Amino acid sequence: MTTVARGLIQEEKLIFEHSDPGRRGFDLPPLDVPEAKLPEEFVREEIPGFPEVSEVDVVRHFTRLSTWNYGVDGGFYPLGSCTMKYNPKINELLCRLPGFAHIHPYAPEALSQGALELMYRLQQALGEISGFPAVTLQPAAGAHGELAGILMIRAWHEAKGKARRKVLIPDTAHGTNPATAAMCGYEVVPVASDADGILKAETVRALMDEDVAALMMTNPNTLGLFESDVKEICDIVHEKGGMVYADGANLNALMGIARPGDMGIDVMHFNLHKTFSTPHGGGGPGSGPVGVTAELAPFLPVPLVVSEQGRYRLESDLPQSIGRMKAFYGHFGVLVRAYAYICTLGPQGLRHASEMAVLAANYVRARLEGAYHLPYTGRSMHEVVFSDRDLAGGCATLDVAKSLIDRGFHPPTIYFPLVVRGALMIEPTETESKEVLDEFCDAMLEIARQAAEDPRQLKDAPVRAKVRRLDEAAAARKPVLRWTPES
Amino acid sequence: MRYIPHTPEDIRQMLEAIGVGSVEELFSTVPASVRLDRSLELPGPFSEAELLREVRKLSQANAGLDHYSSFLGGGAYNHFIPAVVDHLVSRSEFYTAYTPYQPEISQGTLQMIFEYQTLICQLTGMEVANASMYDGATACAEAVLMAVRSTRKKRVLLSAGLHPEWRQTVETYCRYLELDLETVAVDASGATDAAALAGALGKDVACVVAGYPNFFGVIENLEALFALAAEAGALSVAAVQEPVALGLLRSPGELGADIVVGEGQSFGIPVSYGGPGLGFFASKQKLMRTLPGRLVGRTQDLDGKPGFVLTLATREQHIRREKATSNICSNQGLCALMAAIYLCLVGKRGLRDLAQQNLAKARYAREQLCALPGVTPAHSALTFNEFVLNVPGDLDALLERLAAEGILGGIHLKRFDAAMEGQLLVCVTEQNSREEIDALVRAIAGGVK
Repeated sequence: MTTVARGLIQEEKLIFEHSDPGRRGFDLPPLDVPEAKLPEEFVREEIPGFPEVSEVDVVRHFTRLSTWNYGVDGGFYPLGSCTMKYNPKINELLCRLPGFAHIHPYAPEALSQGALELMYRLQQALGEISGFPAVTLQPAAGAHGELAGILMIRAWHEAKGKARRKVLIPDTAHGTNPATAAMCGYEVVPVASDADGILKAETVRALMDEDVAALMMTNPNTLGLFESDVKEICDIVHEKGGMVYADGANLNALMGIARPGDMGIDVMHFNLHKTFSTPHGGGGPGSGPVGVTAELAPFLPVPLVVSEQGRYRLESDLPQSIGRMKAFYGHFGVLVRAYAYICTLGPQGLRHASEMAVLAANYVRARLEGAYHLPYTGRSMHEVVFSDRDLAGGCATLDVAKSLIDRGFHPPTIYFPLVVRGALMIEPTETESKEVLDEFCDAMLEIARQAAEDPRQLKDAPVRAKVRRLDEAAAARKPVLRWTPES
Repeated sequence: MRYIPHTPEDIRQMLEAIGVGSVEELFSTVPASVRLDRSLELPGPFSEAELLREVRKLSQANAGLDHYSSFLGGGAYNHFIPAVVDHLVSRSEFYTAYTPYQPEISQGTLQMIFEYQTLICQLTGMEVANASMYDGATACAEAVLMAVRSTRKKRVLLSAGLHPEWRQTVETYCRYLELDLETVAVDASGATDAAALAGALGKDVACVVAGYPNFFGVIENLEALFALAAEAGALSVAAVQEPVALGLLRSPGELGADIVVGEGQSFGIPVSYGGPGLGFFASKQKLMRTLPGRLVGRTQDLDGKPGFVLTLATREQHIRREKATSNICSNQGLCALMAAIYLCLVGKRGLRDLAQQNLAKARYAREQLCALPGVTPAHSALTFNEFVLNVPGDLDALLERLAAEGILGGIHLKRFDAAMEGQLLVCVTEQNSREEIDALVRAIAGGVK
């Protein structure tokens, strides 16, 4: 029921509190050219409180901080919609090869052929997996890919003469979608999914008119359900001259099984840090390539990697392009890892990964159904969403999450999607063994029992982490966002 | 498949618990009409050894900076990275975690970001900083959006000395927001033309954005530019593409900036063909509630013990939906960690010394190169570790010859603007020895003869 033993948790001050004047953790070779000086009015004073620490201080400080974290390498991390699968170690080695880590974006193309070829191959592979003929690798993360995608849709409409005003967003789509639409100057029209959690073709038909630029959907949706009307929905949107954007965050359910491009979707972003195993890094860097239909390809951001007679180059001459999404060409280091992942699994392996991800989610569901309320009972894909409705003792989702921490697990995504009150969104991924899934389910069942027998324990949790529940209200009321020498 | 643990027996037991006969049945809600009826056509599967061989071959087809002497900069800089940085970021407790949604088991990431936010405030002279953005260019675009949001004005003045790719990124972000993006010229010194700025400013201007140092390496007189902006009621944005300069130069905060954004790749992050880097974003306290992205704040737990949490989330997309300050969700956590580790190592004295070395080496190179017949400085203003030269003759052909000798001689600015044909942006850092600089000078001397 618990995977936690005893351990030693070191306290650790802020690095600034370790400073001792004159201490340093860095040295430079002696200056081999004449010294240069700037006029005094250009030069700053010493920065008060900037760290003065030794190399040993730095190593110990950050090592201690790291021990207060929970990562995939340390345990099960069923954070729904984030696809916290195992991050392969060979990929970490590959992206650090000197010929990748130490190459400059403005080096001549003739001297960057390996990097460009890798990017080209990744564009091709992502296109094949998703069913889109053209792919850009430039966006830095999923939300950034969404922005690129909606900008392309708007550019396409404008090229046809009319921008349109509205974007339809189902209540089962991802949280970033409305903000993205707003950044493109669109008005957001929320769309309710049906009682079974599925977006119905009829619903879309009723809302779709010639002022709707696009529908943004997530498939499988954030309830972990496959949108089985997807093809009809796309047809309806297309008939009225709109486009369909798909959030690819949940692609881990579909690799080798079905392709968004074949469903009628016009544009989709990938999350390489989810589906393609690149590490989440404590918040990033992610990578959010975007696939599009031939119709939208002229609007892709520049530059694109193209191949001509076995040579590779960056193409910037796309007159209808939405422009550039960031400096340079994308999160190249992340692209190397994703390419390596695809090559390691191969076509059958990717399909097997999706199958096992779906199997794992359904297994967890089968074990927890009954103990936890399952608000939507359609067949689950790669994730399953429970709620806290039936928990005894006045216990809520937050209490379950914190109690999981005491038992050695990272909690699921909580209180999302918003269509489920008190949601617990569990995505186990394919890389967790049945034993791990069983330990987790046992812990969840024990927590449900404890809610009935001794709810106090749930509400006190966590008691075994470095800190107990933190006062988030106080943090927001009187924000302290930095250290100062006086503090 | 070594990443997938399920044996046929596991699968059988799991299917039985679910109550289905096959894995195929689990996909019953995916209609046949959208099924892929063939295998994907992809390379692989490769064993680890095969993969290493194959991918290493690709890496070897690139001009690794270990094998070339490089004078390339332009927003991506070749600085020395102490071994400690990669050692520490390779701790999987950092790199295999995600956004610290569960603070009790994320105190490592949270405290680190709190320290990172502090370091960025110290460097920029600002009062608050966020947990990081994708890169300098997108941070710059977000700064423009923030200025527009908080001033409710629609005109934006961008210095022509801003990195062209940052400018293009701003244009993309603002494409459909009905803003007027205008360019303020640089004068012959290479700095933003203050008179032109004064002429362009008006009560309807949301912000003025200037590079520091700018794209041509020029140390802008921010104080004068930002005083003009303040007078007109516009916000001042400093865009820092080479933050090592902040070890030496007066901070943008001292010079009147309201918002400071920049690219943090110089701080311990490998160039990596241009990404991932690190966008940093800082502002005055008064703008705190309109900041984009994540923020970490200090608080206490139930026992009164200090701890850290993500805070002020009501600005963000998952709460505020279409009224959020940005759609950004992820940040560059691991890159922020690299920068934090790097800055702690380098420290107060080291950062000053590092900036001094960059200045000295670049000045030496500039003097040597400008002594060559026909080679002249394109600008008269003081520069930091980059500068632009006018080079006579066919510059592309010259650069190609240099590359053949193992020298990446700089960036031909023609790639950004045909009007800059013959202009070479040269970057010199602490990584370039005098010997390398002298070799560059000899090679260019041979080429322009």
